[in-house]
Amino acid sequence: MSRLLVRNGRVIDPVQGIDELMDILIEDGRIATLGREIKAVDAPELDAEGLVVAPGFIDLHSHLREPGYEYKETIETGCLAAAAGGFTAVCCMANTNPVNDEPAVTRYIMEKANRAGAVKVYPIGALSKGCKGDELAEIGEMVRAGAVAISDSPNPVANSLLMRRALEYCKSFDVPMIVHPQDELLSDRGAMHEGRVSTRIGLRGMPGAAEEAFVARDILLAEFTGGRLHLGHLSTAGSVEAIRVAKARGSRVTCEVSAHHFSLTDEDVAGSNYDPQWKMNPPLRTDEDRKAIIAGIADGTIDAIVSDHAPHHRDEKEMDFADAPFGISALETAVSLALDRLVRPGVIDVPALVRLMSVTPARIVGVPGGSLAEGSPGDLTILDLERSVTVDPDLFVSKGRNTPFAGVTLQGGPAATVVGGRVVWQR
Amino acid sequence: MGIEPATALAGKDLVGIATLEPGEIQLLLDTAEQLLEVARRPIKKVPALRGMTVVNLFMEPSTRTRFSFEVAEKRLSADTLNFSSSTSSVTKGETLFDTARNLMAMAPDFIVIRHPNTGAPHRLAGVVSASVINAGDGSNEHPTQALLDAFTIRRHFGSLEGLTVVIAGDIRHSRVARSNAFLLTKMGAKVRFAAPASLLPVEVEELQAQPYHRLEPALEGADAVMMLRIQMERQKKLNFPSMREYFDFFALTPERLRLAKAGALVMHPGPMNRGVEIDSEVADGDQSVILEQVTNGVAIRMAILYLLAGGRSESAAGS
Repeated sequence: MSRLLVRNGRVIDPVQGIDELMDILIEDGRIATLGREIKAVDAPELDAEGLVVAPGFIDLHSHLREPGYEYKETIETGCLAAAAGGFTAVCCMANTNPVNDEPAVTRYIMEKANRAGAVKVYPIGALSKGCKGDELAEIGEMVRAGAVAISDSPNPVANSLLMRRALEYCKSFDVPMIVHPQDELLSDRGAMHEGRVSTRIGLRGMPGAAEEAFVARDILLAEFTGGRLHLGHLSTAGSVEAIRVAKARGSRVTCEVSAHHFSLTDEDVAGSNYDPQWKMNPPLRTDEDRKAIIAGIADGTIDAIVSDHAPHHRDEKEMDFADAPFGISALETAVSLALDRLVRPGVIDVPALVRLMSVTPARIVGVPGGSLAEGSPGDLTILDLERSVTVDPDLFVSKGRNTPFAGVTLQGGPAATVVGGRVVWQR
Repeated sequence: MGIEPATALAGKDLVGIATLEPGEIQLLLDTAEQLLEVARRPIKKVPALRGMTVVNLFMEPSTRTRFSFEVAEKRLSADTLNFSSSTSSVTKGETLFDTARNLMAMAPDFIVIRHPNTGAPHRLAGVVSASVINAGDGSNEHPTQALLDAFTIRRHFGSLEGLTVVIAGDIRHSRVARSNAFLLTKMGAKVRFAAPASLLPVEVEELQAQPYHRLEPALEGADAVMMLRIQMERQKKLNFPSMREYFDFFALTPERLRLAKAGALVMHPGPMNRGVEIDSEVADGDQSVILEQVTNGVAIRMAILYLLAGGRSESAAGS
């Protein structure tokens, strides 16, 4: 029998209402006992004194790039980066090459993840064949093979009829549809948020309305069809407000934000001197938007915090702003950003963060975890709230070193990651 | 003329007007004034840049700006290398940084860059030791055009302070409009943007320009009117319906020009669409300074090269 005894941590399980100093015994990959001063057993011990012990964090929005873009990231390096970033599971997007739009690719991803042996990987199947937005992919087959959600992200679903049909069709398989809400005709080849800053620095902009129009459309279609909609990485005040209103009238939609959208604004793009490390999609918005996202996190409008990990090769960012691809390598900074920007200033407490990064993500995609109840997976995210973390991309485990946070010092970060009772990463 | 040491600009880049100080703009305009005279000499050449190498890196089609730079470089006795390509580096499979490293291996003193994307000269300037001169980047800046425009206006009015300049046409993605707005407002002029809102950027006040959705009210009391090229091929008929309608409502015609101050300057950075944004009668009329702009462009570009090379303004036209 394999065992792990985690000693003296501040154990937080929002589902059971636990927030106290305890020990946790994991046996055969599952939580066996929670209690004070568990008697010594024949098990390796992990000293968590001064640390927070939480159910494993689950990232709902990652791009692991394999198959097809192994030069940016492999499933193995992505999994190791996730572990180093405090995640015990990642849901990976379908925009690989070939696209994960059929069960063979789904199975390939899962096999590769098993071989990597670090964190759990839950593939997200494509909504449409080739993520092209024309016809439905084999959603049922992919779900049977292990896909936990359906998404064409980062491609928006431009065709409203396809959006409707997908929401309807997914009901047969009880998986959520994750969307990247953006009207691409309206965002018109923009590279950053359209507003005062884009006008000042002369980069083509994409307006917040391009996101909000699709958020509104998708909420209405979800309500009309009764389908399960999860809105990906919202970035504007208007989007947050639309969700707030929808939830107030009983809509079942859920949503997420990425850590960089509550940490940075379009003024940071201006300060970068056109460095595409600050180029992401959705773009960094205004400070008003950033504050609205934080307010939405504080009042529970936002359900989950994600990394939106989008690793790229160094060469791809050695470009001018417009030619460089969107996205940042985020698995190894998301948790520290949440701790530094949300927990440290008191926007939310640690149990609320555990809800946003573990409990609710597990529920949204319907995977085990998000709890420390007996019999739950032995997946733990162990955090050091006091640790000072200076982001150094050269030390990233991910192949992607593309980050706008290089040199930034944050308070708080992961201390150890346990998956199935096995310590897969420790500082 | 008050002479000040030109070391303020020596060894620097010229990536945009946004980062220039009014004193530096003044110095560039004053120096161009002296260099204008070189074009009238029988031998149109001074040795200021002898032994220096200038790379003209044009990654977007350009005729007049490229020629203007070449003439300026040759009149200063620089050695010039020309690289033109209508495809950006990414489609060739080379990164901007690789292009930069390759160029630096040839040890140029200046890189003049025209690029289809915003910020490329700024990125380049961050990684090369040569002085980078922006000859137009995406929808961002065209600083040498703004300097030659300001130079042209100043030659007619003596100063830019207090003047009202109308910029009309396809402004939303116009680097000419943006650089001009930065420069003119820094020098105390008022700028009006006149175009249907579908051709204007959002939050125009960020550029210190007054937006007008019709040309007529913008023209009232104007000292100079700058018409921008309407690029029909880029419009896809989403921003305005037709050339005929554009001409009917937004073109500079003799009747509309009469709304401006008597003797107001008519300007155009070229190439013009006669009968679209400007009536030929106006383009070729007494108030037009369109060809002066071209002549002045050479002097301005000479002044930029000269000052970035470390020249002093009092000896600019010396032999």
